[in-house]
Amino acid sequence: MLEVAIIGVGWAGSKSCTPDLSFQEMVYEAAVKAYADANVNPQVDVDAFISADEDYWAGYSIFEEYVPDQLGAVLKPTWHITGDGLHALINAYMMIRSNLFEVVVVESHSKASDILSYAGIIQHATDPVYVKPLGGHPFYIAGLEMRRYLYETGVSEEQCAQVVVKNKRNAIFNPNAAYPAELTVEDVLNSPYVFSPLKALEVSSTAEGAIVMVLASGDVARRLTDVPIWVRGVGWAIDTPNLDGRDWGRAVYVEVAADMAYKMAGITNPRRQIHVAEVDDKFSYKELQHVEALRLCTRGEAGELLEAGSFYVNGELPVNPSGGCLGVGNLLEACGLSRALEVVLQLRGQAQGRQVEDAKVGVAQTWRGIPTTSGAVVVLSTEG
Amino acid sequence: MGRAHAKELSRSYAKGVIKVSSKFKAEDFKGIALSEEDFKEKKVIFSDIRAKAYYAWTAGVAISRFLSELKEGKIIARKCNKCGRVLIPPRMFCELCYRPTDEWVYVKDTGRVNTFSIAWIGVNASRLKEPLIPAVIEIDGASPGMGIYHMLGEVDPAEVRIGMNVQAVWKPKEERKGCITDIKYFKPIK
Repeated sequence: MLEVAIIGVGWAGSKSCTPDLSFQEMVYEAAVKAYADANVNPQVDVDAFISADEDYWAGYSIFEEYVPDQLGAVLKPTWHITGDGLHALINAYMMIRSNLFEVVVVESHSKASDILSYAGIIQHATDPVYVKPLGGHPFYIAGLEMRRYLYETGVSEEQCAQVVVKNKRNAIFNPNAAYPAELTVEDVLNSPYVFSPLKALEVSSTAEGAIVMVLASGDVARRLTDVPIWVRGVGWAIDTPNLDGRDWGRAVYVEVAADMAYKMAGITNPRRQIHVAEVDDKFSYKELQHVEALRLCTRGEAGELLEAGSFYVNGELPVNPSGGCLGVGNLLEACGLSRALEVVLQLRGQAQGRQVEDAKVGVAQTWRGIPTTSGAVVVLSTEG
Repeated sequence: MGRAHAKELSRSYAKGVIKVSSKFKAEDFKGIALSEEDFKEKKVIFSDIRAKAYYAWTAGVAISRFLSELKEGKIIARKCNKCGRVLIPPRMFCELCYRPTDEWVYVKDTGRVNTFSIAWIGVNASRLKEPLIPAVIEIDGASPGMGIYHMLGEVDPAEVRIGMNVQAVWKPKEERKGCITDIKYFKPIK
């Protein structure tokens, strides 16, 4: 079987705002770092490039036209997907596995502060005929989800608040995080309700940054780097878009994506076989819901495990040592690569003050946020 | 439409006979014509919801300087010392050499028409009385083939030629805002 590895990573940010740089200049910084890390010249050694973004985030239609320059991809096979960066990584994996390409680069970034009507863009993603006319800030969808999740699982609001405390604390040890903080559960519980039962501090803030990764076939990877991180399994799925028919208590899209990735990776007991997990936590409860969907514990167990310390950096199964979206920031479509970046650094042993001991296998999971039920999962390993 | 009929239709098309089978006539598929009035009078159910999509794009290091210089009535470029190109509009990296550019270079506000069009249709798809003349102008001092996309003015559309020498017509200083429209248009010079 053709093997695929991540051989280089580069990033700029994450910062709450980057008024000094254009998105091109920010991506260039991340790309130059990734190419140096991978020991490749993009114009000579890279066969193809993929970027992931959403035109409405960028504020340009047909945004892919603006991708090549800053990646060194002018007049080379380049395409763009409307999706999360993890979807781009999965595409790169498939391109290499197809044996048509040996080295493929993926890129995603966020310039969230360019968007003056963030809620308006998200509202525009709801059904224009029978949902949008009802009005309201679409994050109410998170409130609906959280209430049903708590009702079905018995997870408490305190436990959700603890996700925020943990992740913002982890971010203190991550120099690439935009929103580190030392908080208490009371701080979170006392922050005002925004979309009850969701509270203000439980909503991740948008941030800006760019992430670039270089993927290569096994032969090339072994030649270019001593620390290839192998892509062992990939999976993705979207549930129904219907607000009236989706499963509000479970992240079924992640269960399906995880099963696909685990099958490919030969993972039969995720809780034992996975040493570090980076999961989407755009809202506090999503971390617990996603951990359960990833089969890292049984349904309804995530809250108790968090309280028992299992998900802390020195716990049994560290979750979001990077700080997650709550600590690093919500990087829009770059969230998935932000999760994967941390897993790469953890598996390489380069995570400094937040290093998980003996991490050999990790999982990165993303969710495209409100109002989607779109998720993706990638299993990474130090061994091919 | 039955399967047999559909097959017959596709067969006629495959033969290159671009007409519908004799069993089908256009009159059989009239549908219901809708007029603008039907919408105005709300005889048709529809929802009219506009996207709230507003942006303020970050110009970045290179374009911010470019815009600031326009406000001063000057055009600035960046030079790549590897390929030697003078890049306009400026950028902090050379997309062909894939390395940072090296220095700021002022270029002239004159140049030559690389290509142009006479645009008779406006953005709302209506016919214009006075056409727009969009053009790419190779700026003097920049590398061959590098230039500014802008409009031509003070010229009879019939007189515009590739290679025509042109010069920027600037807005008065007090009206300039640091925007590409600080140059009103380019006009022919002898």
